[in-house]
Amino acid sequence: MAAPKKAAASSPHDKTDGGSPPEFTKEQELKALRDMLLIRRFEEKAGQLYGMGAIGGFCHLYIGQEAVVVGMQMALKEGDQVITGYRDHGHMLATGMDANGVMAELTGRRGGYSKGKGGSMHMFSKEKHFYGGHGIVGAQVSLGTGLAFANNYRSNGNVSVTYFGDGAANQGQVYESFNMAELWKLPVIYVIENNRYAMGTAVSRASAQQDFSKRGVSFNIPGKQVDGMDVRAVKAAGEEAAAWCRAGKGPYILEMQTYRYRGHSMSDPAKYRTREEVEKVRHDQDPIEQVRNRLLAAKVSEADLKAIDAAVRDIVNASADFAQHDPEPDASELWTDVYR
Amino acid sequence: MPIQVLMPALSPTMEKGNLAKWLKKEGEAIKSGDVIAEIETDKATMEVEATDEGTLGKILIPEGTADVAVNTPIATILADGESAADLAKAPAPAAKAAESAPPAAAKAEAPAPKAAPAPQAVAEPDPEVPEGTEMITQTIREALRDAMAEEMRRDPDVFVMGEEVAEYQGAYKVTQGLLQEFGARRVIDTPITEHGFAGVGVGAAMTGLKPVVEFMTFNFAMQAIDQIINSAAKTLYMSGGQMGCSIVFRGPNGAAARVAAQHSQDYSAWYSNVPGLKVVAPFSAADYKGLLKAAIRDPNPVIFLENEVLYGHTGEVPKLDDFVIPIGKARIVRAGSHVTIISWSNGMTYALKAADELAKDGIEAEVIDLRTLRPMDTETIVNSVKKTGRAVTVEEGWAQSGVGAEIAARIMENAFDYLDAPVARVAGKDVPMPYAANLEKLALPSAAEVVEAAKAVCYR
Repeated sequence: MAAPKKAAASSPHDKTDGGSPPEFTKEQELKALRDMLLIRRFEEKAGQLYGMGAIGGFCHLYIGQEAVVVGMQMALKEGDQVITGYRDHGHMLATGMDANGVMAELTGRRGGYSKGKGGSMHMFSKEKHFYGGHGIVGAQVSLGTGLAFANNYRSNGNVSVTYFGDGAANQGQVYESFNMAELWKLPVIYVIENNRYAMGTAVSRASAQQDFSKRGVSFNIPGKQVDGMDVRAVKAAGEEAAAWCRAGKGPYILEMQTYRYRGHSMSDPAKYRTREEVEKVRHDQDPIEQVRNRLLAAKVSEADLKAIDAAVRDIVNASADFAQHDPEPDASELWTDVYR
Repeated sequence: MPIQVLMPALSPTMEKGNLAKWLKKEGEAIKSGDVIAEIETDKATMEVEATDEGTLGKILIPEGTADVAVNTPIATILADGESAADLAKAPAPAAKAAESAPPAAAKAEAPAPKAAPAPQAVAEPDPEVPEGTEMITQTIREALRDAMAEEMRRDPDVFVMGEEVAEYQGAYKVTQGLLQEFGARRVIDTPITEHGFAGVGVGAAMTGLKPVVEFMTFNFAMQAIDQIINSAAKTLYMSGGQMGCSIVFRGPNGAAARVAAQHSQDYSAWYSNVPGLKVVAPFSAADYKGLLKAAIRDPNPVIFLENEVLYGHTGEVPKLDDFVIPIGKARIVRAGSHVTIISWSNGMTYALKAADELAKDGIEAEVIDLRTLRPMDTETIVNSVKKTGRAVTVEEGWAQSGVGAEIAARIMENAFDYLDAPVARVAGKDVPMPYAANLEKLALPSAAEVVEAAKAVCYR
């Protein structure tokens, strides 16, 4: 299916641009490395704590997809909002939320972002413009469109970055939202994180149109497929999309082609794909290794990179320590925050 | 024989309307399908099409006439070969002459309201209104519009969105004039996309805006109920108090008239089940106004259940600069000592009528208008039952897991020892709402059923 001609001129439904994305400066590479490592180490630790029984319920890890949120965050400006679904730990850390508060929420403690009342899927930070953390697949798409509506209402020049997966992309309210966003020219970037599996269902088994960048075609929303394993490509696409939104041209769709290394949740036996498939992506495309290799090629020393890793591990270990020793919420918290 | 054109009804509940304009003159030729006149009610305008051919013989009701009863002959059409001399031969009004075209959009053109007098025979003074306050008479539709307009003037973060709220002036004309005063930025027509625009409203509210989201009816809000409950009602709690949303979901709820099962459900019990929501369902015009203003100012999500049958009802509304009624307070609208009747919204119609009937038999009923379903004013109910020892609940919704069941439980929990009889429930029958007029009437509660229940609990 081709994009309409008229739309194609000004709003391309591109495949990933040929050639390499714009190079990062050394500082940008180091920042990307550090932010992605923080997410990876945090998620590894969360997985461990889950195995130990310290984290209950659902726990959806972001390992493998780190370049998406880190690259997008590098394309944003202060005040831009972020909203996502239930695989949200990476998004929170990328927006600058405190690792202690996130980990303590995972363990259901009073120092968690939601005082222990939200859990893995439901955390928020007004200060960091992070609007959740939503457990109903697809609900965040209408909500994120509402954030963009508010930006438009206030003419504040901000953009709503609304993340959802290839699975949520099949929900009806996504298209209701696309329609309104384009109709009202709302500044929203729809970031579809295509990690190839909606829980255990491969994209090919669930989606009639597997090119998610074209999911906005019937609404004239431009879209682009992006190598979501390359943080530079993500940032470049994010900047392009944000500029489109800020120019008052309406929404933009970015399909981030990415991969989740871990199961859908901690209880996922992952029988729907082979170990070899996972290993191949890890080996060939790992977003963190890509940056590390470029830095090493640019003569950054192994020792310097190790120091970054060590600093990140310190933050993560401290968060795990905090999250296991912080008290549970007071029993009186059961009754608070129902109404204001 | 000359044919009479009768005043058509725009809807099954319309009783009268205005003859706005004649588009044909006496003596003019008329073909089938010609638009001969325009009629209007306070919510809609409709063209009258001729179904017969001939000549417009005589206009019986001049244009500009207000309150013309449905089925009144408004003109006479002469068939070919007939003359003015034949006019006297016109048949009685019952004859079928010209039929109105059916309402164009079924979704929007739900029944127009009855132009009924003030429904509330209020015996008790309203504690919210200072003595000596000047009152103005207005319809509930106007009271709602004024409440929104006043709050929009007061707070630039308040906006209204929904289907047909702007250009069309509201499917039930509740948002009449808002677009003209506040512009398209703040009065927003949405596509027919309840799930989506409810979510957009909640998202906007999370940033601090104060949306008033109109559902054309709460029946359609079932498409959106995930966003209302999972996103609007729970986010404050799930965020540990960090992020809530100040939003009003409003629109007609419950049975209208002759619109059948999918358009007639009462959602009072559904929403009042959910912590995190406030649920308001007023009856009087003053309460509609004062409570909608309170709902818009409330920092929590508020479900504001209106009733379409009541929209055209008039009532006395205090002429105060800022008339706000606190959410969560019931009102005793009629004092009595023998039995307590508890209802809300249109259920009050049956309750008050029944109280009048009961008084004739020497039974003085105390009638409580709950006004807010969540948080429920248990204290007012319990205090009354402690006085009367008997209680009857009246609701249009179904009895199982209904609001009446909740009230009965609270009475049992708080005033068991004061009860002289089990609490009686009058509710909608346990069936989907039928279409046929007689069955529909049977499915709804009636004043007679309330009278019967009240007598039963009084052992009379």
